[in-house]
Amino acid sequence: MLAAAAIGLSACAGGDAAVSRDAVNDPFEAQNRRVHAFNRGIDRALVKPSSQVYGRAVPGFLRIGITNVGNNLGLPAAVANNVLQGRVEPAATNTLRFLVNTTFGLGGVLDPATDMGLTERETDFGETLHVWGAAEGPYVELPLIGPSTVRDTAGMVMGVFLDPLGAALDSPESEYVLGVRVLSTIGERYRYSDTIDSLLYQSADSYAQARLLYLQNRRFELGTEAEEEAYDPYEDPYAQ
Amino acid sequence: MIPTKTPMRSEVSRRRLLALAAAAGASTAALAPGAARALTTDEARALIDRLVAEINGVINSGGSESAMFAEFERIFTRYADVAIIAQSALGPAARQASPAQMQAFTAAFRTYISRKYGRRFREFIGGRIEVTGAEPVKSFFEVISTAYLRGEAPFEVRFQVSDRSGRDLFFNIIIEGVNMLASERAEIGALLDARGGDLNRLTADLPGLG
Repeated sequence: MLAAAAIGLSACAGGDAAVSRDAVNDPFEAQNRRVHAFNRGIDRALVKPSSQVYGRAVPGFLRIGITNVGNNLGLPAAVANNVLQGRVEPAATNTLRFLVNTTFGLGGVLDPATDMGLTERETDFGETLHVWGAAEGPYVELPLIGPSTVRDTAGMVMGVFLDPLGAALDSPESEYVLGVRVLSTIGERYRYSDTIDSLLYQSADSYAQARLLYLQNRRFELGTEAEEEAYDPYEDPYAQ
Repeated sequence: MIPTKTPMRSEVSRRRLLALAAAAGASTAALAPGAARALTTDEARALIDRLVAEINGVINSGGSESAMFAEFERIFTRYADVAIIAQSALGPAARQASPAQMQAFTAAFRTYISRKYGRRFREFIGGRIEVTGAEPVKSFFEVISTAYLRGEAPFEVRFQVSDRSGRDLFFNIIIEGVNMLASERAEIGALLDARGGDLNRLTADLPGLG
């Protein structure tokens, strides 16, 4: 996701025979475009200005600390997913990472685990659904959340119920967690400001660019880009 | 392998190519139409090693934004097959365009793409890219590299390289799955639509949009 933000062919996802190189599986496009316009409005009026205030008011080390805490709090869910996917080694890495950063990293503010080679093995419930054989489904843009697919949206809903952290925490801790996540998101909006601005406000069709970026990066994360879909402009110079 | 020419390229006369290459400051090696030898994995990797060394040099040069853009344009001219990138970004509309229109569009696209991607690479300041491997894909090669940026988890950057222009050049950059050709096809298509399909207007506007 970070690198997707760093620059802004789509491959066919397993099982989605209807998806070809340029024809995106987007039957809800009209509705999605309305949501995209809404999200852009929210970003322009609220998210971007507050990220500017946050970025200028809060020193860098503190912003990084908050992002670290947010990432650390996501690890129990990642481990649950690693297990549900039957992936033992990533589950062990993420568990160790959580233990190291929660203790030596002072509740996740610092990230000594990365220096020990325990980098996060990112995953989520959407990936679990993919591993279980669910098809990607149509593209959707969700209000306030942004680009997704039907499968990834279902994964997010699962996450609300199956995140071990949610089960372990009650109010007010659960509100603190939500607060950290919101600040972390605003911090990322500040950090990648130029890239996000160029995508949202300088593209000729920011909806299509966001859709392409999300689907390509997501398929890369899930390892579902198919080599036979690789585009060769010397064979097909007019990209038909 | 028999040199394969695309229909558009065979229309382009050698003299026009000369003028184009001279205008772009390209080396005369660009003029060899479809070299007879085949590119190897090692050569593809060597090309990207040189490219990456140049990019690393620029992002750590401490130069001003405009100096960096000029450097990136020079790097794009030297290492990228801008003609094929421009043509495939334009898509089916390239077929209706006259050779003169394509020449002007390609020149405008060169400025646009160098500025746009130069701006992204500028965010790599203080970082570095390392080539880790190369492999054949279809009729071309993919060179795999890892970008190390300050304060970020390392991520993958792939360069697709071909010699079908007559030189060893890259024609696509894929960053964690996000593909330059595909993004530009969508973007240029949308820009052309917004101008009622008027290629001349797009060509005039393009350098300012990068």
